[in-house]
Amino acid sequence: MNLPTFLGGVHPPEGKALTENKAIETFRPEDSREFVYPMALHIGAPCKPLVKKGDTVLAGQKIGDVDAFVSAPKYSAVSGTVKAVEPRMAFTGAMELSVVVESDGKYTPAPSLHDALGHKPTPSDYVKLIREAGLVGLGGACFPTHVKLSPPKDKPIDHVIINAAECEPFLNCDNRLMIESPDEIIRGLEFVLEIFPQAEGVIAIESNKPEAIATMTAHNKNPKIRVMPVKVKYPQGAEKMLILSVTGREVPLVPALPADVGCIVLNARTVWQIWDAIENGRPVQERIVTVSGDAIAEPKNLRVPLGLNVRDLIHECGGFKEEPVKILSGGPMMGIAMRSIDVPVVKGTSGILALTKKLAYIADESACIRCGKCVEVCPMHLEPTVLDHAVRLRDYEKFEAHCGMNCIECGCCSYVCPASRHLAQAMKEGKASVNALRKKAAAQSKAKQEAKQ
Amino acid sequence: MSEKLVVSTSPHIHSEFTTRKIMGMVIYSLLPAGIMGVYLLGLRSLLVIIACVAACALSEWCWNKYVMHRKDTTGDLSAVVTGLLLAYNLPPTIPIWMAICGSVFAVIIVKQFYGGIGCNIVNPALAARAMMLISWPTAMTTWTVQGISGATPLAAMKAGTLPANLSWWNLIVGDMGGCIGETSAILLIIGGAYLVWEGVISARIPLTYILTTAILSALFGHGGGMFPVHEILTGGLLLGAIFMATDYTTSPMTEKGQFIYAFGCGLLTALIRTWGGYPEGVSFSILIMNVAVPLIDKYTESRTLGAPKSNFFKRMGGK
Repeated sequence: MNLPTFLGGVHPPEGKALTENKAIETFRPEDSREFVYPMALHIGAPCKPLVKKGDTVLAGQKIGDVDAFVSAPKYSAVSGTVKAVEPRMAFTGAMELSVVVESDGKYTPAPSLHDALGHKPTPSDYVKLIREAGLVGLGGACFPTHVKLSPPKDKPIDHVIINAAECEPFLNCDNRLMIESPDEIIRGLEFVLEIFPQAEGVIAIESNKPEAIATMTAHNKNPKIRVMPVKVKYPQGAEKMLILSVTGREVPLVPALPADVGCIVLNARTVWQIWDAIENGRPVQERIVTVSGDAIAEPKNLRVPLGLNVRDLIHECGGFKEEPVKILSGGPMMGIAMRSIDVPVVKGTSGILALTKKLAYIADESACIRCGKCVEVCPMHLEPTVLDHAVRLRDYEKFEAHCGMNCIECGCCSYVCPASRHLAQAMKEGKASVNALRKKAAAQSKAKQEAKQ
Repeated sequence: MSEKLVVSTSPHIHSEFTTRKIMGMVIYSLLPAGIMGVYLLGLRSLLVIIACVAACALSEWCWNKYVMHRKDTTGDLSAVVTGLLLAYNLPPTIPIWMAICGSVFAVIIVKQFYGGIGCNIVNPALAARAMMLISWPTAMTTWTVQGISGATPLAAMKAGTLPANLSWWNLIVGDMGGCIGETSAILLIIGGAYLVWEGVISARIPLTYILTTAILSALFGHGGGMFPVHEILTGGLLLGAIFMATDYTTSPMTEKGQFIYAFGCGLLTALIRTWGGYPEGVSFSILIMNVAVPLIDKYTESRTLGAPKSNFFKRMGGK
């Protein structure tokens, strides 16, 4: 079968079978627990807490926001009392300023977002409503959705692509959502298409999810929307790879965005949430998390309120059957290894994976043998080993000259490297260092200019 | 749960390929041809193979332990591969001390002097063979087949004929004059097919190399231009194209670069076979192209996805 795809990529063990056929279970603890809402952890400005210790909050009440375009407000998923506003550890391992809510177990709902609007939303209200609902890319990147939906006027959008590739091994949250709520996703996409009347809707699904493809196709009655199976290959769900597969267009080098080639890519769950915000006026309060991995006793797909402790999730799945060495937030290719499981579920928590030594074995680095496998698999067609050498020598000029800033951090290079070199890590370091240097240079030139005046 | 979790950057899983596994597969793929060599050319060949492998592995071990004082790298098996390849490129009658000298030269001077695995600029086994060919020309070019010494098919082809007693069977199985591991065409091809199947090497370099040599030799009129198939089956072409030219460290990393490199190898081999001073040119061709690899890599850097399409000339300008 010649399904659309891109050049490069890898085929890691899928691990999907663990939760593929498990219907989503709702887990809403009705006893009093602590729910933690970090004010940052999305791309853009961190929110400022809108509540203080002792305040009572309702489920769906806004507890954090900031007056910046690139940001998204935070909502409490439970009703209860604010216990503290203090730094708590997030899944990244960093201490983030968080609102801690002691729940009352009743989930008393706050007024709908429509109430503030005063009327049934029309397409001109959608983007505002989507920002108000706290929508960010729920695939894990957490880029504010309303920013994506506000492309510059001179860049017409002709494709709105739903990213349902879910190429990360083990994860099934989008797959199950498509099987169980196809109409909501299609309705959500129709809302987006109302914002971009010229655009065509594409639902791109990796062909290893036949049930989802069949369900979505059967439920789609809109001629402007098509369901498109794409090849099973990691990282098929990376934004640039998906655009290339669906439209044959290459997003130009950074800092270009999908809008430069007329595309907007939204994760399936994000589109579901757009439907929920526009149809029901509900903000982002819960999400589906795949709890899986070879160390979890009973892997499941759980629908949980945001802010819930990850430890509770693992407990709900029967705890560990084997000793885990790594617990990840997200998939095994791009997820983040957590220092502790006493951290809250946030908008970007697509999966919680507990891996045993067998899967998460880390070999010592040895010398590069120049086998070129990283070059072969890089979906961006970079030369990771060359960039790795540049970063180790702190030659950031060379790193930039060889397009290192375009790395999408998918991890294919590290995955295949027979010498177990930490190529993806070097890439991240290189990108961070270049950004830091640029910032420094900008600050210096600004200071110089001010001194002149 | 002990609450002790490993924290590292993604990805958190790894493919099953390791340097040691790759080298192990190369060794497996080389074994059949070696066994055939020992069977056809006599037990002395086995002695040469053992001497080379042992000398290579020991040199690497000693270098790491006594000179560099660093972690031993013999376990990655690359020194064993070097030893095997060197032995396969030697005549069975070679004095053992010469074989050992060659092995030490390969590992210490060609590989470790440049920084060890992944850093050498030319193929260690081939460089050692070239050194030996220049140092001990008689010992390196004396062939005996079943007790009778005689010219190799390539030497005869240079004169425009073929040895009369050379049947297709001889050619394919390898029952003819030559080095220990280079003669058995069928077993070398099977070994190569296994490596391609396992994803260790791609067929790009061997196929391009072999076809270029066959076609160009015929065009150049080597052996009267009558034996394009003989070009492939005799001499060290198969061993060189499948196992030496594909050496990771000394071949280009990009697809385009590999085609250029393999074509260069084929062109030089045909030139040397037709007009050069030696009957065989595989070793020298690969060595020369090895040196060109950094340059090829520089000018065949792949276009980053989304980069403008016409940046080749810009790259020629350096930026």
